[in-house]
Amino acid sequence: MIWNEARECMSRDELNNLQSARLRKVLNRVYHNVEPYRKRMQEAGLEPGDIGGIEDISKLPFTTKDDLRDNYPFGLFAVPMSEIVRIHASSGTTGKATVVGYTRKDIDVWSCVARCCAMAGLGRNDIIQVAYGYGLFTGGLGGHYGAEHLGATVVPMSTGNTQKLIDMMVDFGATGLMCTPSYLMHIAEVIEEQGLRDKIKLKATLNGAEPWTENMRKQIEERLGIEAHDIYGLSEIMGPGVATDCHFHKGLHIFEDHFYPEIVDPKTLEPLPDGETGELVITTLTKEGIPLIRYRTKDLTSITHEKCECGRTTARISRFTGRSDDMLIIRGVNVFPSQIETALLTVDGITPNYQIIVDRVNHQDTLAILVEVEERFFSDEIKELENLQKKIEHAVHQTIGLHAKIKLVEPKTIERSMGKAVRVVDKRKLV
Amino acid sequence: MFIKQLSVFIENRSGRLEQVTHVLKKNNINIISISLADTSDYGLLRLILSDPDKAITILKEQEFSATITDVIAVKFTQHVGQLSELLTILSNADVDIEYMYSLTSGKNDASIVLKTNNQQKALDTISESSFELLLPEEAYSLRD
Repeated sequence: MIWNEARECMSRDELNNLQSARLRKVLNRVYHNVEPYRKRMQEAGLEPGDIGGIEDISKLPFTTKDDLRDNYPFGLFAVPMSEIVRIHASSGTTGKATVVGYTRKDIDVWSCVARCCAMAGLGRNDIIQVAYGYGLFTGGLGGHYGAEHLGATVVPMSTGNTQKLIDMMVDFGATGLMCTPSYLMHIAEVIEEQGLRDKIKLKATLNGAEPWTENMRKQIEERLGIEAHDIYGLSEIMGPGVATDCHFHKGLHIFEDHFYPEIVDPKTLEPLPDGETGELVITTLTKEGIPLIRYRTKDLTSITHEKCECGRTTARISRFTGRSDDMLIIRGVNVFPSQIETALLTVDGITPNYQIIVDRVNHQDTLAILVEVEERFFSDEIKELENLQKKIEHAVHQTIGLHAKIKLVEPKTIERSMGKAVRVVDKRKLV
Repeated sequence: MFIKQLSVFIENRSGRLEQVTHVLKKNNINIISISLADTSDYGLLRLILSDPDKAITILKEQEFSATITDVIAVKFTQHVGQLSELLTILSNADVDIEYMYSLTSGKNDASIVLKTNNQQKALDTISESSFELLLPEEAYSLRD
């Protein structure tokens, strides 16, 4: 089912006109209301009037996560705080969060998640469990309100209690589920272990917030007898609901009436043609609270503007192949290696030689940190070494919110490349 | 008098223990006593050696994490209840044991190596008792 046929299936010409009109409007707003934007446009010798339509978008300067951090917390908001009805945030490298604000209209736009649910074949007669974390993270509430807007019966599970989730899935006859792909894998395993596969009525799932593969998607569909969909989003742009794949699973439809996508070469920042892999850049065309102009997502993908078999005309982005920066996504949490380094620094005042090892065991991400036991750490007593492990574990948890296994290793055993220690080893196979 | 104990951090990797003993052998250093504390990820090797100072220099050159700790060695005769008596004395003096292991020093006697939470107090307490300390020169030259 197509939730908003007028928008999702409009002709490319009509869509371009709509995008142009919306771009002009949003540029006017940020130019007049957000000083950092005005300054940057002036530096580039641009005024809103210089941008006639969407085809001129590449003249505009980029916006990055650093801009959000530099203007922490509300410096890029384009409306007075009286208009902001909600705040979300994601963790940042410096310990400071990236903060976004939503007006009431922004929250309405976020109901785009309803389009995603409809794409997955879900509707008002479905019972949807939302098993993303509820809170500052956009996953939980974003999924929740979208599914509610759809008219479905929403069960706000949040994360952490798999048994309850499965019990309710069986007892309520839940037909939809929103969670991270790795959590879905875990849920599938527990369902199989408990022999409940025939007791569940699950039809479709929407899974995002971390990278996964087409193979994983197909495997999970088979195991649970469902249809799994990839849902993409990022808190800076809105949260989940920026793009989703339809029944044909040939790329994720990006909701172009709200989010204008470009693919650029991450090095030269020049726009790339359809089919070439580069960094996804998004301009929010309708956002009021914190509009972002040419925001560099750092996510690598390619794009096609061909009409989809499902009838939608919106551009489709392919499955993400990675990042153009060093950000890791572990159990749905964004982690920069520099955050872990900062945490290690708090333990002793000096950064030890360390290595971050990310793996996927039984479809769950694991995080281990190897720390070389240098002289200053070394003790002849096991309990001292165990204390050190605990202290590091605690510091890492405080900083990134994830539990890591701390492994003490002998000095000089961490792999070095050209004399420099290899800081991150990602063993997850996501091809 | 304290005895120098060498502690070496060893990851649970095949052949690591052998490498430590090989380095010692190559440098003609005799192992007088050995204790290995193990956890799931790593082990802590504690050694009384014929030449602890030379040993630490060499092991560090080989990039092992090693450190020298002062421990106490107490001589025991082969009679029932010796350890119990020693521990009673230390316990009465409020000294707690961190770890200990034995050091056989001959046919008819043995020693126990001790690390406590207060080494100086432990040393003083034992010196005042009827127990006899194994002196460093004695320890390092055992079996040489």
